[in-house]
Amino acid sequence: MFRVLDKKQLNDSTYSMTIYAPLVSQNIHPGQFVMVMADENSERIPLTIADFNKEEGSVTIIFQAIGGSTIKLASKNTGEEIAHFAGPLGIPTELEGIKNACVIGGGVGCAIALPQAKWLKNHGAAVDVIAGFRNKDIIILEDEMKNAATALTICTDDGSYGVKGFVTNVLKENIESGKNYDCVIAIGPVPMMKAVSDITKEYGIKTIVSLNPIMIDGTGMCGGCRVNVDGKVKFACVDGPDFDGHKVDFKELMIRNNMYRNQEAEHKNHICRLYGGKGNV
Amino acid sequence: MYNKQEFKTPMPHQEPNVRNKNFKEVSTGYTLEDAINEANRCLNCKTKPCISGCPVNVDIPDFISFIKDGDIESAYRKIKEKNFLPAVCGRVCPQENQCEKLCVRGIKNESVGIGRLERFCADWARENGVETETLSQEKTDKKVAVIGAGPAGLTCAGVLAQAGVEVEIFESLNKAGGVLSYGIPEFRLPKSIVRYEVENLEKLGVKIHTDVIVGRTVTIPQLEEMGFDAFFIGSGAGLPSFMGIEGEGLAGVFSANEFLTRANLMECYKEEKDTPAPQLKKVVVVGGGNVAMDAARVAKRMGSDVSIVYRRGVEQMPARKEEIHHAQEEGIHFLTLNNPVRIIGDENGFVKQIECIKMELTEPDASGRRGVKAVEGSEFLLDVDGVIMAIGTSPNPLLKSTINGIEVNRRGGFVTDENMRTSIPNIWAGGDAVTGSATVIEAMGAGQKAAKSILEYLK
Repeated sequence: MFRVLDKKQLNDSTYSMTIYAPLVSQNIHPGQFVMVMADENSERIPLTIADFNKEEGSVTIIFQAIGGSTIKLASKNTGEEIAHFAGPLGIPTELEGIKNACVIGGGVGCAIALPQAKWLKNHGAAVDVIAGFRNKDIIILEDEMKNAATALTICTDDGSYGVKGFVTNVLKENIESGKNYDCVIAIGPVPMMKAVSDITKEYGIKTIVSLNPIMIDGTGMCGGCRVNVDGKVKFACVDGPDFDGHKVDFKELMIRNNMYRNQEAEHKNHICRLYGGKGNV
Repeated sequence: MYNKQEFKTPMPHQEPNVRNKNFKEVSTGYTLEDAINEANRCLNCKTKPCISGCPVNVDIPDFISFIKDGDIESAYRKIKEKNFLPAVCGRVCPQENQCEKLCVRGIKNESVGIGRLERFCADWARENGVETETLSQEKTDKKVAVIGAGPAGLTCAGVLAQAGVEVEIFESLNKAGGVLSYGIPEFRLPKSIVRYEVENLEKLGVKIHTDVIVGRTVTIPQLEEMGFDAFFIGSGAGLPSFMGIEGEGLAGVFSANEFLTRANLMECYKEEKDTPAPQLKKVVVVGGGNVAMDAARVAKRMGSDVSIVYRRGVEQMPARKEEIHHAQEEGIHFLTLNNPVRIIGDENGFVKQIECIKMELTEPDASGRRGVKAVEGSEFLLDVDGVIMAIGTSPNPLLKSTINGIEVNRRGGFVTDENMRTSIPNIWAGGDAVTGSATVIEAMGAGQKAAKSILEYLK
């Protein structure tokens, strides 16, 4: 069992949870994920690692409580235990050699983009961070991102904070104004990663996206997380989760991620009734 | 005098139309009377060919002789001398290709039901609390790490622990058992039996750590620093194969591994479980092995109308005869001599149809084996909302990439010598991680062989 050391609610549906997992905490690199089961009846869900502390033996995950499994996970309080927590999994992001990066996070994806930005800055790279949110109320990790970035731009869809509009607008402006990025890292909703990749393709800038398809085991066995990259079948759990954004078939990914839409909705209602649902978990 | 009955004593089972709606075990097992009757069919012949057909060389005529006398406990102990998991093997071994294939009775009639007798002894022993695990008096100061808690790893760990070696098993999933937990369905191998066998191993002092992915959570060099002297890799089958046809990325196309893991490991068909169960009306399962039969029968039990599409004939199917027979009885359609060409989706990307082409057997080649070829222009469409690909797996890629300099073959399996030792002197490997998709008993045989070699090495 894995004890919850700390839980924070970052906005109406996003939680940060630090979990005691001494073995998992020892070999983590940015971009890797863990497979989590809140209790013995839970689904195995992949969650990207937001932070870790080897000395304390802890691993932090930041996630949105939007489906049955994540709502259940969010209901665990400090001192309580999580049934299963396995990792780190996936190939670490290849950050070596990047000098001038643009790290883009969308919503809760910012939590996953943050470790990449931190690592790059600590290794001497210039790091522009562009973070996109629907509105002011759901902005998370602003201070942390500011510290990890050479320059931070926050955008909101409705203009209630920072720049009004999408992250792609800011990215395009930055490129047009002469920023010479050697790599763009985009982590967030699939449509956002697709939009970013479409832009950088025009300019020929290398782009890494971090995919989060449906997984069961997460260890290279079930094949549920297969994605089409450059016409070839790749498995996000062992070949990824990072891929070249210019080669990913995002349309197929969106279709596959929608597979359990109806059942998920039904199940979420059920869990919400049990656990009090979003907002007051 | 032996029992001249020509056929095996029938195995009691749930009626097909009842069992295809539940996950309870299909075959309910011999009674003592059935077992003694079947045991008496054994001639106890001098040549004992059956033993050489068994990958772990169980002394088959000896254990059967004990059953004849009604001494089931001794029969069980005799099996346990060689086979670490008899309740499992009695249920899932392809006996018709192993011990029973060589049975002298099988020349004129049906062979002795060795598998059924093995299962009977193991079930009897479990129900009557017979314990055979003996803790070794001589403890060594050596430690072995076993990677993977499937049939190869459990067997290897058991043999080592009984010899007094300290053993820890590292399992990447949330439950021990490997394919016995995630792959083989409850109705063929109840999970309570797997748990019982795992608990037996723990009684021997074997520590099992779930949720540890060796190569990621800890590496082999780190385990060496932690004091482990030798390693056995039984990391099992890995990535599922797909056909490479159009439409395999559609929603509703599964690998058998995914479909079975959802059902068996995550028990998605149970109300209290959160893992979503695929809700499919009409399913095609592609393949002709045991995994294809399992996937088809699970889908049937989850309420689907199921067809198996296989490019050869029923006779050429590699699945156990009994599984094919059970699947047919349960109302699964067999569309043999057909091969999928493409999968067609609806406007939302969900599976709508599968296009197949008819196949025909070709004349036997020099080796006597008949191939298949497509019948030109014979394409046809089937309306389906699910496709399950059960056409094999390749060894798990995760571990090998993290062991410096270990030799792997073209397909990604670990290369070993005849004692299952890899190119690195203190690492052994066995099971699907070496051979690619094979059987439970072959994996157990490899685990046993490796354990013996590890014991030599530790001396």
